[in-house]
Amino acid sequence: MNSRHPDVIIVGAGLMGAASAFFLGRRGLKVLMLERGLVGQHASGTNFGNVRRQGRILSQIPLANRSRALWGRLPELIGEDLEFIPTGHVRACYRESELELLRTYNSNPQLSELGLTIYQGQEMRQRFPYLGPDVLAASHAPYDGHANPRLAAPSFARAAVREGAVLREQVEINRVEKNGDHFTLTSCAGETFNAAKVLITAGGWGSRLSSQFGETVPIELRGPHMAVTEPLPYRFKEVVGVFSEIKSEIVYFRQVTRGNIVFGGGYHTHLDASALLSPPDPKAVVEQLGRLRRLAPSLSNVNVIRTWSGVEGYTADDRPIISASSQVDGLFYAFGFCGHGFQLGPGVGDVMAELIATGASSTPINEFDISRFAAAAVPTTG
Amino acid sequence: MTGRFKRLAEHARPQITIQIDGQHVEVLQGDTLMVAILSHTNSLRESEFDKGSRAGFCLMGACQDCWIWTTDGERLRACSTIVREGLSLITRSPEAAWNLV
Amino acid sequence: MEPRVVIVGAGPAGTRCAQVLVSYGIRPLVIDENNRDGGQIYRRQPSGFTRGYSQLYGTEASKAKALHECFDSLLDHIDYWPETCVWGISGKTLYASCKGEHREVEFDRLILCTGATDRLLPVKGWHHAGTFSLGGAQIALKAQAVSIGHCVVFMGTGPLLYLVAAQYVKAGAKVAAVLDTSALSQRLKALPMMLARPMVMLTGLQLMWRLWRARVPIHTGIRPDEIQGDQTSGVCAVSWFDSAGRYQRLACDAVGVGYHLRPETQLADLAKCAFGFERETGQWVMQLDDDYRTSRPNVYAAGDCARVRGADAAEAAGRLMATSVLSDLGFAIDAEFVLQQRILLKALDRFRMGLAQAFPWPADHAAQLPNEAIVCRCECITAGDLRAVVRERHACEANRAKAFSRVGMGRCQGRYCAEAGAQIIASAAHVPVETVGRLRGQAPVRPLQVSPATEASKESVK
Repeated sequence: MNSRHPDVIIVGAGLMGAASAFFLGRRGLKVLMLERGLVGQHASGTNFGNVRRQGRILSQIPLANRSRALWGRLPELIGEDLEFIPTGHVRACYRESELELLRTYNSNPQLSELGLTIYQGQEMRQRFPYLGPDVLAASHAPYDGHANPRLAAPSFARAAVREGAVLREQVEINRVEKNGDHFTLTSCAGETFNAAKVLITAGGWGSRLSSQFGETVPIELRGPHMAVTEPLPYRFKEVVGVFSEIKSEIVYFRQVTRGNIVFGGGYHTHLDASALLSPPDPKAVVEQLGRLRRLAPSLSNVNVIRTWSGVEGYTADDRPIISASSQVDGLFYAFGFCGHGFQLGPGVGDVMAELIATGASSTPINEFDISRFAAAAVPTTG
Repeated sequence: MTGRFKRLAEHARPQITIQIDGQHVEVLQGDTLMVAILSHTNSLRESEFDKGSRAGFCLMGACQDCWIWTTDGERLRACSTIVREGLSLITRSPEAAWNLV
Repeated sequence: MEPRVVIVGAGPAGTRCAQVLVSYGIRPLVIDENNRDGGQIYRRQPSGFTRGYSQLYGTEASKAKALHECFDSLLDHIDYWPETCVWGISGKTLYASCKGEHREVEFDRLILCTGATDRLLPVKGWHHAGTFSLGGAQIALKAQAVSIGHCVVFMGTGPLLYLVAAQYVKAGAKVAAVLDTSALSQRLKALPMMLARPMVMLTGLQLMWRLWRARVPIHTGIRPDEIQGDQTSGVCAVSWFDSAGRYQRLACDAVGVGYHLRPETQLADLAKCAFGFERETGQWVMQLDDDYRTSRPNVYAAGDCARVRGADAAEAAGRLMATSVLSDLGFAIDAEFVLQQRILLKALDRFRMGLAQAFPWPADHAAQLPNEAIVCRCECITAGDLRAVVRERHACEANRAKAFSRVGMGRCQGRYCAEAGAQIIASAAHVPVETVGRLRGQAPVRPLQVSPATEASKESVK
């Protein structure tokens, strides 16, 4: 293998790709990041910014815990804090049936690190005085928090470059092939790149590349909807969200220390498979404001100054792909995080670096293996 | 209070009473909130990000610099809102106006 | 079924467009943010105010009156939504807000007459209370009969600089100085083009005469240095470098600053109209065909939001644009009428280019701003902050730089800082300013509140 080639090529420099590049660099591997547009433009940069473990499926908790530990060490690791503040996370519900679900979830021993507590009645009103009268109960995760998604992937990418990685933006890879002991990647412009190992972190477009190895993933693109208010006096520490089975009730908000309140949730547009942009639907913010008013009535009169959307990849089973290829050695995947990947970013990067460098992950990720879609996949010819 | 703005004409209009920072003041019917406030004091609000005061900028609803609070926690754009009797406006410390409960 | 034609903006362009459409039997919906028609230059004073047209509009009094009477005569033949802000567009639906009440309207043809606002260039200290745009200073006088201060300095360039200063003098305000960044020599060079509108030139001379007679010092070819002030009392002085490079300072308590005008194009952006960079003015402008069609089917634009040519041009363009809409709807149009408007507009086009040459926006001042100068007033982001993200985070494009620096993330969405921001980015990244691009429009184009009591009122013809 030519020593001028990188050890690992990463396709897609969103948060997963950039974090993986950083942690691979710390393990002494030479990384080349290839990004179709600019670092962190899509799901990584446009999501709500929740850094939460509460509410995740249990199989994700070990990974989320590993990631949470890294969030706390960001200044030491990448030299920036990404505006992460562990001010807590609240899930508020309106119904007894939902409270039951919260109780059941919270009782799982795997969640012990999260320090979850359910508040109701007078105690809830004292702790979270802003919750609307319809709120029945609130589950509080004291160590969760939020951060600034616009900064995350670019900061990790810069840190990766300091560790020796190379970043090429405006390079779109449309073909990946294995040739003997290495991979050859070809861009739309006809440039080729070679490496012994490849990591596909191409977000909602990941299956375009995984399918070239017979590992098609049923994934679709959707646009989440976010809005932000003008700066307001800083009053809300926790991230607050509605826990409900009814999508049209869902909304969550977080206040940054500059005072703006970011809110969103419960509204998705379905995008074409080739979409690179997601124009926000103006109806979303009108609906979300109504839901916000119910959750926290003091937010009734806020001035919204901006809305946005982004492109997220949703797999058919609402779980991400985090694994080695089941077909080919040296090929790895981490994509399709179904709108809940932000908190997992540093953890995924660390796990993929470990997996790629050592052959195994010390954190369980079996449930996210790409092979789970193999049985349902349409066999490819040739 | 000495105002920032100086009235040059249209003095003879009916007066109405509003409150600015708890003080009752007489303003003229047809005044915008901006003119009403800046006829009595020299700023509309405090900047969020430096310690300075702000007094609006474009007067045509484009700059969004002149949003002010009422004591009820309402947000009003001063250049495009006309005074009405009984309004109670604040130019300092909006935290008190924003009742979370 | 009658096509739903929606006009956004009840200023000169919107009014004349509506007039022509009505004369062909169309009933347009006219939506305007203000509580009265007239736009900016012909802004109507509130009821209860007594000043006459001559006092308010000077040489343009008869035009203003004619325009207002025209709109008044249309009221029975149009649907009119004043105090209504169109804040979002998706497909063929407009999203609007009227005093907190949410409204949606579907259109077949959308006509944008959203006018212009002041073109600004940051100067150190422009965030101090007591700094207003030239247009703002004019509105204070025209619509509210007040001066923005007790001792006012006007600074910038463009015909509006002299017009507002002269209006202030006439109304009895104290004007301490007029500071023009353009040199007299530039005006002389542009003379041939500006002679396309001899009456306007004459008015300009009359304004300068009025200022000279009132002994208002006029300094040309200046470079702004600082608007000095403190945090509690705001503006206290202005300093500049005169045409000989000497430092000058003048005490004042208010500054009106502006560099001619800039089209308001947020809605055109949301409607996905294409834009192009216009070298002569250094601005991004809508791509339009000769008949005021934008690049987006069924969307038209005219008036200052399309090309800043003033009220007369806006009225003619509004009429012409109406004939395009009518023609597209299958009506037969009077060719002579169209020709008349085109002839008038040709002269106005020449004049516009003359103005751009006589009163250029001093783009190089942006790159020269000291690091501590605030560029984004809304968010208090300095030139140094912006340069840092260009150099350290490799943000060479407007939206990328906004994401990292927050320039343009404030309430005004970059209306007043984006152009200077682009110059600073271009200079720091050593790229041509066109490649920096322009900020992507994001709904709502104005801060949006939705009050709980109202159900969405969806108005649709089809």
